[in-house]
Amino acid sequence: MSTTTVSQLDKVKDGPWSGGKSPWNLEYGKIMMWFFLVSDAFTFSAFLIYYGAQKFAQPTWIDADKIFQSVPGIAESGQPLVFVGIMTFILIMSSVTMVLAVEAGHRNSKQEVVKWMIWTILGGLLFVGCQAIEWSHLHHQGFWFGRNPATGLVDPDAIAAALEPYFTKDISYTAALQFSNLFFTITGFHGFHVSIGILLNIIILCMTLNNTFENRGTYLMVEKVGLYWHFVDLVWVFVFTFFYLI
Amino acid sequence: MAHHDHIATHDAHEHGDGMGKKQIWQVFFVLLALTALEFLIALGFVHHWGILQKGALVNTIYIVLTLVKAYYIVAYFMHLKFEKSSFIVTCGIVFIFIIYFIVLMLVEGDYLLHHFQEHAIFPNK
Repeated sequence: MSTTTVSQLDKVKDGPWSGGKSPWNLEYGKIMMWFFLVSDAFTFSAFLIYYGAQKFAQPTWIDADKIFQSVPGIAESGQPLVFVGIMTFILIMSSVTMVLAVEAGHRNSKQEVVKWMIWTILGGLLFVGCQAIEWSHLHHQGFWFGRNPATGLVDPDAIAAALEPYFTKDISYTAALQFSNLFFTITGFHGFHVSIGILLNIIILCMTLNNTFENRGTYLMVEKVGLYWHFVDLVWVFVFTFFYLI
Repeated sequence: MAHHDHIATHDAHEHGDGMGKKQIWQVFFVLLALTALEFLIALGFVHHWGILQKGALVNTIYIVLTLVKAYYIVAYFMHLKFEKSSFIVTCGIVFIFIIYFIVLMLVEGDYLLHHFQEHAIFPNK
């Protein structure tokens, strides 16, 4: 009898990309969450890169140590970085409680998921609250979209005097205006993301309490929302560096 | 549907061994230490003691520390390190465009600084 030699083309392929199985071994929703986050990272990158481009294009820029130096309820001035340090700590902390919720979900421990989700939501609310205080503080000083403390002044000396507290080097009306616009736009967009995250976390908490995941047998939803929440924390790490440190 | 459930449960199991409670807190302390280091440089070295000046060196240190923090968040908290390598490449490789965009926009900003400020305006007759 003839021996049949199977041609290379006719061999049954069994590699990860040959069909019949999930090559990434990830659930569809989780992949889509990752792709959404990648696209969202592009949006935030574009914002922050524009901030950098503006900074490079201006001969002078606002001194972060001078504009952010109050701690609400404790010190009106002279304490740069302290308040934003507290905010950063809150957000990192709520990221940790989120992973702990995911970890509890892997063990199908409903009670622990509920506990850590509540802490995560509290952290998020605290952060948004701090953000609101920061915004209102700057707003009282005269910064807002399309506005800085010297807006409306005509006399060059008066403009320089109004902006003098926020600059170490030369004073520029345009630089102060661009800083103001970009600060409120970028932290606003981030704050919007945090708010959406809190909402999603609350929905997940309610679903956990309703035994939705318990009946489904998997707490994968907690993981997917967790990805979003960590991304928000990740963006803040960059916003913190570029607005407050550099 | 059955297939979907299979992936979901398999997914959950595989990732169970990825991050234990101990490891989560380890990553937290790394992030905390890196942030504390940033504050030490900004408040201590630059603001109070004046050992370092604000400028390229300090900014580079901040950016490197930020990228390390970002790595820890994405790799461990977001669990990307434990996914299939093809998925890591898929999500990561697109950021080449972002690096290109950064270079592009900073060069552009620098150009505007030097050429736009003294840009002469000619009267339109």
